Amino acid sequence: MATLGVWRHLVGARIRADWQYRTSFFLFLLSQTVIACLDLAVVAVIFSQVDTLAGWSGIEVALLFGISGVAFGLADITISQVETASRHIKAGSFDLFLLRPLSALVHLSATEFALRRLGRVLQPMVVLIGALLLAPIDWNVERAALVVVSVLSGTLIFGSVWVVTSSISFWTVESQEVANAFTYGGGLATTYPIDLLGTWLRRILTYLLPLAFVAYLPAARLLGRHQPLGLPGVVAWATPLVALASVLVARAVWTLAIRHHRSTGS
Amino acid sequence: MTADPIIDVVGLAKSFSVLRKAGRVRRRREEVEAVAGIDLQIERGAMVGYIGPNGAGKSTTVKMLTGILVPSAGYVRVDGLEPSRARTELAKRIGVVFGQRSQLWWDLPLRDSFDLLRHVYRVPAQRHAANLRVFADGLELGPLLDVPVRQLSLGQRMRGELTAALLHDPTLLLLDEPTIGLDVISKEAVREFLVALNREQGTTVLLTTHDLTDVERLCERLLIIDHGRLIEDGTVAGIIARYGTERTLVVDLVEPGPPLTVDGAQVTRVEGPRQWLRFRRADVTASALLARVTAQAEVRDLTVEEPDIESIVRAVYAR
Repeated sequence: MATLGVWRHLVGARIRADWQYRTSFFLFLLSQTVIACLDLAVVAVIFSQVDTLAGWSGIEVALLFGISGVAFGLADITISQVETASRHIKAGSFDLFLLRPLSALVHLSATEFALRRLGRVLQPMVVLIGALLLAPIDWNVERAALVVVSVLSGTLIFGSVWVVTSSISFWTVESQEVANAFTYGGGLATTYPIDLLGTWLRRILTYLLPLAFVAYLPAARLLGRHQPLGLPGVVAWATPLVALASVLVARAVWTLAIRHHRSTGS
Repeated sequence: MTADPIIDVVGLAKSFSVLRKAGRVRRRREEVEAVAGIDLQIERGAMVGYIGPNGAGKSTTVKMLTGILVPSAGYVRVDGLEPSRARTELAKRIGVVFGQRSQLWWDLPLRDSFDLLRHVYRVPAQRHAANLRVFADGLELGPLLDVPVRQLSLGQRMRGELTAALLHDPTLLLLDEPTIGLDVISKEAVREFLVALNREQGTTVLLTTHDLTDVERLCERLLIIDHGRLIEDGTVAGIIARYGTERTLVVDLVEPGPPLTVDGAQVTRVEGPRQWLRFRRADVTASALLARVTAQAEVRDLTVEEPDIESIVRAVYAR
């Protein structure tokens, strides 16, 4: 709780600092929103040509898009700043985060907080709400709870992927591109039904990088569909467990990475 | 040495593996020892200078003391804690200034940085206000508090950095090049403040520097590191006495002339009528040397220069 208070103050300071460069802030917010809308336009273009994608209708894919988009957006706004670790390590300024009575991860993500990324979470939020209203979902308490739990668990899973991939920069400094292949690439992959992908890729996204749990499995459950890879329907509720496991793995990797920090220059 | 040193280090070492070019594409992995086994105890309330040439291992040592770097070998305790394991706990008890890196919020007024640090270190509001008053007075920060950090001069910023490092009442202050790039007046302000802090609050100060005036003005004890090893550890006066065996007699002659040739001394410089004669304390006394000079030429004025710390340190490195 106390950490949350410090986080709030640090984020506030960052927003005040960014506010001094208002034009740049609004242009970036605009570009982020446009990019987010283009992702949606791609889905719309596909469905103007076909009625279903791997058996999923347009509104069903929008549900996937919404769950994964909101989860990704929330992780993007709260934790994706960890990828700047690579830049700070190169500049030698990462040391300063290690000098505080505060988790370096919390300190770094609060200091590098970017309000302009809000654009990336607002648009999928609209899509998600629309899809939840329009999709053929047989609503009950369990399914309503599943939506909330899935989005929050998805945020944790994406956040963990970000922390793990950014940790690579403690070993090799030029690693952000590799990391982004997993973070942004992963975000994109969860937007579509994984039935589209080959078996191996499907397995990787289910078991190795557990991104199928973010949107696909919960969405299949909401829509009363069969789960892929012959998994039982209730597997959708494994999402919070997968999130917990991801967080523990990310925490261990980050701790190891910090102990491996070499601190450049004087 | 006291029973409870604030810094207790035995056999501390840090090596890095680096890739060296070995052929067109091949790289060879090599171990480089940045710190190669240091033993060091610092008692509470001391002010200690830590000097050495670039790349000697000064910063690496300081980073291991703060927990930023995990040692490859050896025992380290700072205020009873193992830095790399208890890093966040230790952070509450130490203040650190890296002269070349700012810990202030660049785009915000100085006051905001201090306020943020109050939250980060969870300093009670009253305590914070009282400390800020003391430091703002001592370092003359009052008119600067509402200026964005990016608009401060280097000297003003450094005073801000010092305040930022001290607002949470650390028992140990680690300074890495705190006077680098400062003008003479700012340097003096920083030094006076550090002396007062040490005297009034009993804060232990470990200072790495290239500016030996810092050491002379501030420190009783001096550590010299070279190639990752401590090559000297003693009082500043003691090190001067041991290495400062060479003095210089400066004479102003009535008539300019060629360099004198005198037994037991060597002319190192001639400027018009003024000549510098270097001699060793063990070979000849200053008065005996003067007698030999006056036998050759008429002397109008003279001074004897004691070795300065720069030349001492050169002598230590050259050893």
